[in-house]
Amino acid sequence: MQIQTNIDDHRIAKLAAFAIALHMIEAVVPSPLPGVKPGIANIVTLYVLLQYGFATAAWVSILRVFASSLLLGQFMSPAFALSLSGALLSLSVLWLAQHLPKRYFSAITLSILAAFAHITGQLIVVRLWLIPHASVAYLIPIFAVAALFFGFINGLITAKLLYNKTHPSAPIKSAPDSP
Amino acid sequence: MLSSSHSHKPAFRHLLAGDWLTIILSAIIITYLFQTLWSHEHAAKVQIRIGDKVHAAYDLNQQRDITVRGSIGDAVIHISQGKVRFAKSPCHNQYCVHQGWLTHNGQVAICLPNQISLELIGAQKPYDSLNY
Repeated sequence: MQIQTNIDDHRIAKLAAFAIALHMIEAVVPSPLPGVKPGIANIVTLYVLLQYGFATAAWVSILRVFASSLLLGQFMSPAFALSLSGALLSLSVLWLAQHLPKRYFSAITLSILAAFAHITGQLIVVRLWLIPHASVAYLIPIFAVAALFFGFINGLITAKLLYNKTHPSAPIKSAPDSP
Repeated sequence: MLSSSHSHKPAFRHLLAGDWLTIILSAIIITYLFQTLWSHEHAAKVQIRIGDKVHAAYDLNQQRDITVRGSIGDAVIHISQGKVRFAKSPCHNQYCVHQGWLTHNGQVAICLPNQISLELIGAQKPYDSLNY
């Protein structure tokens, strides 16, 4: 039996693999505060969203969450629930935010909004399931600062990657074009 | 080529007007979160818990020492004009004593070995912050 695959499937698989690799790298880096992570795999989600559209980005993001949790042995654990709720809420926000005018809002805005959505999704799970009392309220401002900071950095990296893709500024390439 | 002469522009060139708006709004929201969730009002009472039970609540506007029997021995809790601390504890590592004075609403000091915890509460509790 052979499953028919097309070029889109291959692209999704390739990009998801890249996101999974970033997720793995991040998983072994210790974090100063539990729950505060740079979320570098989101750079891939964001890049894919702006380059290939929402459907591809959603596939890449969800595949990354499932595959990474399987690789880390966290499937169906609290860590997986946190990862999935964060990813789902940030995808919902990106689905809305992708309609923002590109003239004024770059990947940086999308990244910051996605980071806030991510932490909101995680806090909802923490509040409803993991720690059903509100001692996490004290940590919300710290999470919010981390979301703004890492959202900004990830957005900047995404913007730079997209810029390099659309403006290949390498002098060797552009030299033959110049008069 | 224009692009080659601008190849070393600062990283902030990617920021558009809307991005600045997002950042500024986010900063405002974060400031608001800090102000509402990190209560800076002084606490009115201290609630002492032993294990999972509330042992007692004392007004902070007084000067007194309270001896509380925990699971490994007697701890002395010192209340002094709006603040409270563990003064003595039978525990090995003395983290609770070294934590020092608690003054603000919502602050907690927990002595795990002795199973005693202090929580500062205001006139009304801002949120429920210690349940087992």
